[in-house]
Amino acid sequence: MAQYSATRFDASFAALSDPTRRGVLEQLLRADASVSDLAERFHMTLTGMRKHIGVLEQAELVTTEKVGRVRTCRLGTRRLDQEAAWIENYRRTWAARFDALDTVLEELKRKEKRDGRPK
Amino acid sequence: MVAPSEKDSARTNRRTTSERASDREMVTRRTFDAPVRLVFEAWTTPALFKQWWVPKSSGATLLSCEQDVRVGGSYRLMFAHPDFETPMPFFGKYLEVVPESRLVWTNEESPEGAVTSVTFEEQDGRTLLVMRELYPSKAALERAIEGMDEALPEAFEQLDEFLAARVTGAGRH
Repeated sequence: MAQYSATRFDASFAALSDPTRRGVLEQLLRADASVSDLAERFHMTLTGMRKHIGVLEQAELVTTEKVGRVRTCRLGTRRLDQEAAWIENYRRTWAARFDALDTVLEELKRKEKRDGRPK
Repeated sequence: MVAPSEKDSARTNRRTTSERASDREMVTRRTFDAPVRLVFEAWTTPALFKQWWVPKSSGATLLSCEQDVRVGGSYRLMFAHPDFETPMPFFGKYLEVVPESRLVWTNEESPEGAVTSVTFEEQDGRTLLVMRELYPSKAALERAIEGMDEALPEAFEQLDEFLAARVTGAGRH
């Protein structure tokens, strides 16, 4: 088990250590893409891109499926972690705003208490 | 992923909850300890709105705020941020204005802007607010929430933490 985790870690770390592979992950966050699309977008040969995809697949960050002559890449099972992180970030932005609104509302309530409710 | 259900939304505490309601829509809920007339006033009066819309922690400053709160009326906000070379405008129109009940407006600074609707509901002197942001497409929503406060690098940091935790766990064996 320990061996398995350490191997997974090595694979993930290796996968994320390369800027092209991080770029591919960002791209796949937006939409699935074929290997040839990705090769073109990152100005690489098909062979070069296939190697990068292989590394990402090994780390389970990406899965691929071949239909006919086209191999489509999509984010692996960890996509859910990514999306949860996005949503948490979005939530925090609104939470900060609404906490500031609490302060404004406290002030309005104090004022109303002092001056009476405006007609 | 834990998405709060309709029932246990933040009715009894002040926690802000957000969930993805569909490919194109985000829903956020929050309860305020104030009657709806004050909450609505704070959303529709520029002098008050300016005090909370841009919290200090965001690093941005709201330079100006104009709101013509009526159906078809416009709003325009100008933001400054240390990362921007020039101030950024945010603008759009109010599509629905129902005093102390509902506001709907467009975000027109980009073709990928959402339509935001906010409903205010009073319960025992407190106000339950539900905000929906409906984007024109799945990709637009993802680009928007991913861009918020550079969420993507942060997501990668969390992935790193996740990996680091795994390695620590593995080391114990």
